[in-house]
Amino acid sequence: MIEVKGLTKKYGTHTAVSNLSFTIEENQVYGFLGPNGAGKSTTMNIITGCLSATDGTVLIDGLDIYENAVEAKKHIGYLPEIPPLYVDMTPVEYLQFVSEVKKVEKSQRKTQIEEAMAETGIKNVENRLIRNLSKGYRQRVGIAQALIGNPSVIILDEPTVGLDPKQIIEIRELIKNLGEKHTVILSSHILSEVQAVCDKILIISNGKLVACDTPENLENLFAGSKTVKLTVKGGSDSIKRTLGKVDKIKDISCKENGDKTTVEITTDKEADIAEDIFYAFADARLPIVRMTEETATLEDIFLELTSIDKAANTQIEMTDNIMPDLQEETEEHNEENMNVPEYDEEPVQEDEEEGAEENDSNI
Amino acid sequence: MTAIFKREFKSYFNNILGYIFCAFVLLFAGIYTMVINLKSGAANFEYVLGNMAFIFLIAVPILTMRSIAEDRKQKTDQLLYSLPVSMTEVVMGKFLAMVAVLLIPIVIVGIYPLILSAFGNVNMFAAYGTLLGFFLLGSSLIAMGLFISSLTENQVVAVIASFIVMLLNYFIGTLADYLSYSANATFIAFTVVIVAVGAILYYMTKNSLLAVIVAAVIEFFLIVIKVANPDSLYGLFPKIMDKLSVFERFYNFPNGMFDITAIVYFLVITAVFIFFTVQSMEKRRWS
Repeated sequence: MIEVKGLTKKYGTHTAVSNLSFTIEENQVYGFLGPNGAGKSTTMNIITGCLSATDGTVLIDGLDIYENAVEAKKHIGYLPEIPPLYVDMTPVEYLQFVSEVKKVEKSQRKTQIEEAMAETGIKNVENRLIRNLSKGYRQRVGIAQALIGNPSVIILDEPTVGLDPKQIIEIRELIKNLGEKHTVILSSHILSEVQAVCDKILIISNGKLVACDTPENLENLFAGSKTVKLTVKGGSDSIKRTLGKVDKIKDISCKENGDKTTVEITTDKEADIAEDIFYAFADARLPIVRMTEETATLEDIFLELTSIDKAANTQIEMTDNIMPDLQEETEEHNEENMNVPEYDEEPVQEDEEEGAEENDSNI
Repeated sequence: MTAIFKREFKSYFNNILGYIFCAFVLLFAGIYTMVINLKSGAANFEYVLGNMAFIFLIAVPILTMRSIAEDRKQKTDQLLYSLPVSMTEVVMGKFLAMVAVLLIPIVIVGIYPLILSAFGNVNMFAAYGTLLGFFLLGSSLIAMGLFISSLTENQVVAVIASFIVMLLNYFIGTLADYLSYSANATFIAFTVVIVAVGAILYYMTKNSLLAVIVAAVIEFFLIVIKVANPDSLYGLFPKIMDKLSVFERFYNFPNGMFDITAIVYFLVITAVFIFFTVQSMEKRRWS
C-alpha cells in the first residue's frame, strides 16, 4: 500500500527525519506515535507530497509521490495538523471545490459529498460559513475533505487535538469505521487514543523509527515485570514480615500514611501472587483495603523507547513534557483490577472467616 | 485548474476586494473619460487609457496581495499541495481568476468608445488596440504581484512590496533619462546589480560559496567587456532600464501605434512571472 524507504529530511543542519523505512498494509489503522518534534508531521507531509524529502522514496500503491505526484495523490486523503479550510466558504461549497480538484466524476460528486458529510456529522452546519464554525466542526470538515474522492489511504495528523471529550470519542469511532474500508494513518501523542483505535503502532523518536508492531505485541515484548499495589491497614514492619513468607517477590517498597500503608510489590510478569498475598495478610490479620495489579503499559514502552537516546537533551525534555498526560492516562486505562475487588473502608471479606469463628464461639 | 479558477474568482466577490478593484478602475475610467472626451472634446478614447495606466500601481497590488499569501497564512496551501493537481495548474488558476476580475471593468470600459462614437468620429482601432494593450499591461502586472504574493505569508508585506516594484516600474523609464551614459557609470551600475544578484542568491540558497562564485563569474565577464570594448557599455544601463519598464511599452498604444513587440513583451513578462511563481511554490516544499 505505502512503502517508505530510507526517508531523510534535513532542515539546514537539523535532521528532522533520518533514514525512516516502513511499509503500511491495507485496511488497517496505523498510529504514528512520538513526542513533540519527533518528526511525525514531517513524515506525514512527505508521504502526502506536501514536503519533499532530502533523500529516500515514498511509493503509494506503487506510484512514486514525486515522479507520479498527481496520480499518487489521488490515492491519498490528508488532514494536516491545522485543517486547511477556506473560511469564506460553506462546508458544502468547500467539499464541492475539493471534489472538483480531486476530479471526482460529476455524477458521483453529490453522493460523495453527502456521504462524507453524513459520516463526519456536519450535515446540520452545511450552509454556514466555515469562519463561524467551532474548532470541532472545522476538524470534521477537514476530515470530510480527506474522505472525498474515496481515497484508499487516509492520513490524519493529530485529528483529535482541540476537541472536547465527546467529540474525541465520536472522532475515534469515525476513525475505527474508516479503518474498515480504508487504510488509515493517524498521528498522535496521546497514547490512549492510539491504543484505542489503532491496529498497529509506529513509534518515532528523534526522526527514527524505534518500534512498529501491534499494541499487544509491544506490551508483551517490553513487559518484563509487573507491579502489585496494595493499601493495607498496619505498620510497614509487620507488612514486610508478612510478605517475607510469600514467594516470587522481587522487590517491596512501603510508604506509611496514617494507620494505612501503601505497598508496591514488583514480581515476574507470569507470577500470580495475588492469592498468596491475600492469604498471607489474612493469616497475619492485616486487612487489605485495596489491591491492584499493573503490567507494563504502552506508556512505559513509549517512555523507554523514546528516551533511549539520552544524549539528545531536547529529547529528554520532551519526554518529560508528556509525563502529566501519561499519568492521567495511567489512571484511566491501565489499571487491571485483579480478582480481588476494590474495597471501601470496611475490609469485609477478610473478616469473614474470623467472623464465622467468632459466631461459633458465641453460640 | 477550473475548480481553482472558480473558487478564486468567487472568493474575490465573497469579500470586498473584487468590488473595490472594479470600482476603482471604473471610477478613474469615468473621470478621465469625462475630462478628456467630454470636457475637452477629444475624440481619442486611447488618451483616457494612456492617462489612467498609473491606477494599476494601486489597483493591482490590492488585487494580488492575498492570492498566495492568504493561502500560506490560512495553511490552505497544504491542501493545494496534497491535492492531485500540479503547481502550474494552481498558479494558473489563481492568475486567470485575477485576470477575469480585471476583465470585468475592461469589458465595461469597452462600451465607452461605442457611446462616444454617437457624438463624434472615434478611432475605433486605436481605442480597442489600446484597450488590449491596457489589458495585457494589467495582466503582466498581475503576474508580478502574484509572484511577490508567493514570497510572503503577510498580505501587508505583499501589498507594499508589489506597490514598490510597480512604482519603480512606472518611474524607471523617466529615471533612466537622468542617468549618466558614460561607460564607467554603466560599469559601476552593473557591478551594483551583480552584488545584489549575489546577495539574493545567498538569501535564497543560503550558500555563500555559490553566491560569491556566480557574482565573481559575471563580474569577470563584465570586466572583460569593459577592457576589450568599453564603447559597447556606453549608455547600456539606462537603455536596459528603459526596456525593463512595462509601462514604457504601453505608451506606444495611446500614441497610436499597435505595437506587436509590446504585446509579445507583455506576454513574455507574464509567462516569466508565472513561471517564477510556480518555482517559488515548489521551492517551499523543499525548505
